[in-house]
Amino acid sequence: MKTINLKVNGKIIEKTVEDNTILASFLRDQLNLTGTHIGCDTSQCGACVVHLDGKSVKSCSILAADANGSEVVTIEGLSQNGKLHVVQEAFKKHHGLQCGYCTPGMVMSAVDLLKNNKNPSDEEIRKGLEGNICRCTGYQNIVAAVKSAAGKL
Amino acid sequence: MASSMIGSKVERKEDKKFLTGKGRYTADINLHNQSYAVFIRSPHARAKIKSVDASKAKKLPGVIDVLTAKELQEDKIGGLIAGWKIMSQDGTEMKCPPHPALAGDSVNYVGDHVAIVIAETLQQAKDAADAVQVDYKVLKAVVSTKDAMNSESIYESIPKNLCFDWLLGDKAKTEQAFSGADKVVKLDITNNRLVPNAMEPRAAIGDYNPSSEELTLYTTSQNPHLSRLVISAFNAVHPEHKFRVIAPDVGGGFGSKIYPYAEDVVVAWAAKRLQRPVKWVCERTESFLSDCHGRDHVTHCELAVKKDGTILGLKVDTIANLGGYASLFATVTPTYLYGPLVLGLYNIPVAYCNVKGVFTNTAPVDAYRGAGRPEATYMIERLVDKAAKEIGMDRAEFRKRNFIKQFPHQQCLVHNIDSGDYIAHLNKALDLADYKNFEKRKAESRSRGKLRGIGFSTYIEACGIAPSAAVMSLGCGVGLWESAEIRFNPTGNISVFTGTHSHGQSHDTTFAQIVSDKLGVPIENIELIHGDTDKGPFGMGTYGSRSLAVGGTAIVKACDKIVDKGKKVAAKMLEVSPNDIDFKNGEFIVPNSNKKKTIGEIAFACYVPGTYGEVKSPLPEGVEPGLKETAFYDPVNFSFPAGSHICEVEIDPDTGETKVVTYTCVDDFGNLINPMIVEGQIHGGLAQGIGQALYENAYYDETGQLVTASYMDYCMPRADNFPEFRIGYTCTPATSNPLGVKGCGEAGAIASPPAVMNAVVDAIGTEISMPATSEKVWRAVNEKSKTKSKAA
Repeated sequence: MKTINLKVNGKIIEKTVEDNTILASFLRDQLNLTGTHIGCDTSQCGACVVHLDGKSVKSCSILAADANGSEVVTIEGLSQNGKLHVVQEAFKKHHGLQCGYCTPGMVMSAVDLLKNNKNPSDEEIRKGLEGNICRCTGYQNIVAAVKSAAGKL
Repeated sequence: MASSMIGSKVERKEDKKFLTGKGRYTADINLHNQSYAVFIRSPHARAKIKSVDASKAKKLPGVIDVLTAKELQEDKIGGLIAGWKIMSQDGTEMKCPPHPALAGDSVNYVGDHVAIVIAETLQQAKDAADAVQVDYKVLKAVVSTKDAMNSESIYESIPKNLCFDWLLGDKAKTEQAFSGADKVVKLDITNNRLVPNAMEPRAAIGDYNPSSEELTLYTTSQNPHLSRLVISAFNAVHPEHKFRVIAPDVGGGFGSKIYPYAEDVVVAWAAKRLQRPVKWVCERTESFLSDCHGRDHVTHCELAVKKDGTILGLKVDTIANLGGYASLFATVTPTYLYGPLVLGLYNIPVAYCNVKGVFTNTAPVDAYRGAGRPEATYMIERLVDKAAKEIGMDRAEFRKRNFIKQFPHQQCLVHNIDSGDYIAHLNKALDLADYKNFEKRKAESRSRGKLRGIGFSTYIEACGIAPSAAVMSLGCGVGLWESAEIRFNPTGNISVFTGTHSHGQSHDTTFAQIVSDKLGVPIENIELIHGDTDKGPFGMGTYGSRSLAVGGTAIVKACDKIVDKGKKVAAKMLEVSPNDIDFKNGEFIVPNSNKKKTIGEIAFACYVPGTYGEVKSPLPEGVEPGLKETAFYDPVNFSFPAGSHICEVEIDPDTGETKVVTYTCVDDFGNLINPMIVEGQIHGGLAQGIGQALYENAYYDETGQLVTASYMDYCMPRADNFPEFRIGYTCTPATSNPLGVKGCGEAGAIASPPAVMNAVVDAIGTEISMPATSEKVWRAVNEKSKTKSKAA
């Protein structure tokens, strides 16, 4: 057991965690931030992507204890003052989601991608989202959404 | 309000919650005092269970109980059922083994459920599961689809592992037609086994209320009403009227969440037995092992053709792998959803389709996106392509020559196709794909050392399942009608209840669009409610591209009843006869006058029926208060979406890598309610179909171990595997429903595997099986060039 201090979606948190608790489970079970989803057990699907100190990470591959002292933003922390983030808005406009399960991870990955590449080509978007599996959309509308949000961040 | 919602690209009502992390899936739900469950699964493909010893496990900290087949029997919990009776050609009924919710004396696939361990925490349940000792006597597994009938019988009562030997069509007449053929084209094909892989793994929470004696099951289901029916009527867990099934937000299904699973039965029963909430969430590898798989056919087919390209007859012999047990829809998928569709959209005068359903020691196989129709389409489209090539005819022209051209058309097997224009969508697709310049593109690829191929798939499917009269006569235990309820609230907004379930299909939006147009109420004042057996009327769920054609029609019928009643009330209020009232854009009007009432005023009036001072009752005599109507709709026929898909691939002969460079589809789905959502459905289906053709394969080794049981080993299509799809439509409205819709959810997955594979075969000039992985393609190309150089 370890006591950790971190900032999650702007809130300062102090919690005790088991040594083997992954960040994804910590967010879901201890903070009730169930927008971060778990879709696999091999760090392949990307449903659990969050931002850790400003970078996208698969929260299933990080121990909660190792996030001590960090700042975490989850899908719940992306929209501000009830207004959707431009990437969220673009996903809505371009029908970039269907069942919604991969969506939080996909959106968090897309935000990070656009932070690092202001004007990505289709190919760069497709490569950039290779770590996020979506079974519903066939990715085409996700690519369109990300492209339309480029430069608006 | 103008009639403009139907056909409009309306943004989805359901998006905001999913985009902000507020979706509520089963695993997100936590109940007070809940316990955690882990299933103990068989590590062997086939074994006798000698003993299960949970004594050590039960003593571990936090363990509440370990339940096995023994306790199931104590409580008389029934086994899982196959919902569709198939008769063999010798007149005998299909043979299915018992399928207990927890294995009794034998296990029959890796992942078969043996026991449930329930503890205070998940970790404690996992630790205790490791401490349960199951003593197995391992037996030789039957794995191969092709060899199943020549292998040792898995079940004593089922010789040759044969569940059924089903025949559709006339064998003798077909043979006769073949004798007059100029050419008989033969093909042996395999339809590879797939794992559906909805991104949300299955989950279930059982919750028993000892005070009301009500049992609630939260589950990842496409079909909560049917789950409740089956779990109460057949598994005898709890009576239906005190049993509530809730399928909240569900993260994709693709067929794999149609049927109640053993875990649903066991979790519900355990919660009742322990009088405590029990929560189970499947892990991904567990999903690979225990979700029902899809496809897995081995087929030999032959086409009789004349020199001029006219098809004379078709023979199809298929072995369909059912896995270790017969799942709920397992027996209908390779028979009635497959056999009638082997004719494709061609005018084939005579045919037969023989399917042998076999048991093997693999995960049960059931409906997966398209269910039977992708297998039929793959067979006929690969065969037709080969036939055109063998008689030296252009593949598009060969198809056109044999298309059904007049409607309605009674096919020689089962279906009566109401509408279509197949030449129209093929011509449009040829234009969109720039077919006439293909040879130029091929030469350009060749100049870069690449092989380029083009492949066609012109398909038809039967959707809108299913007319009760038709399917019950064929052996289905229930007809697949659908229900809807329109409930006007006194303030004028509307709650719409449907028996279908949306898990990505966007019903919240499309169904609201229909109601908005029909009743003239703004879409934001319409709420769709589904997924809870305590809320709306009994319904049949979502699969088989049925929700709009059948469920949407039920909604239309309920709306019509609302308008009928509204007219009576408006007539009384406006002091005219109901025949003098028109309803338009949300208003009941008396033409050529200024008399009118809005539907909101009528709804309010219906809830205030008495006389109050000067105000007289708005209700005519005999009209009940309230404004709520229910409709059950049983379709008169299937609907028949069809289309033409054209795929171009480029192959690197040095690596075998196959790239889909362009993919064009022109589909006829009848009328579209929301084109944006339809396009999304096409994209998703294409990704799954192209995935089947090039990447995905559930591979069992000879001992029955699933080698591809994680995303490290099972190749899921990713964003960089696809080009931008080119999409077009034609429209011949369905005549079988008032919306004129045909269904679009499965088309992509049905049409695309043969389009891709025909392109690959065209590029490399040799037969190859799915998935056409780089290794396989490289070997095929190399083998061919070796043979060539030897011959030289």
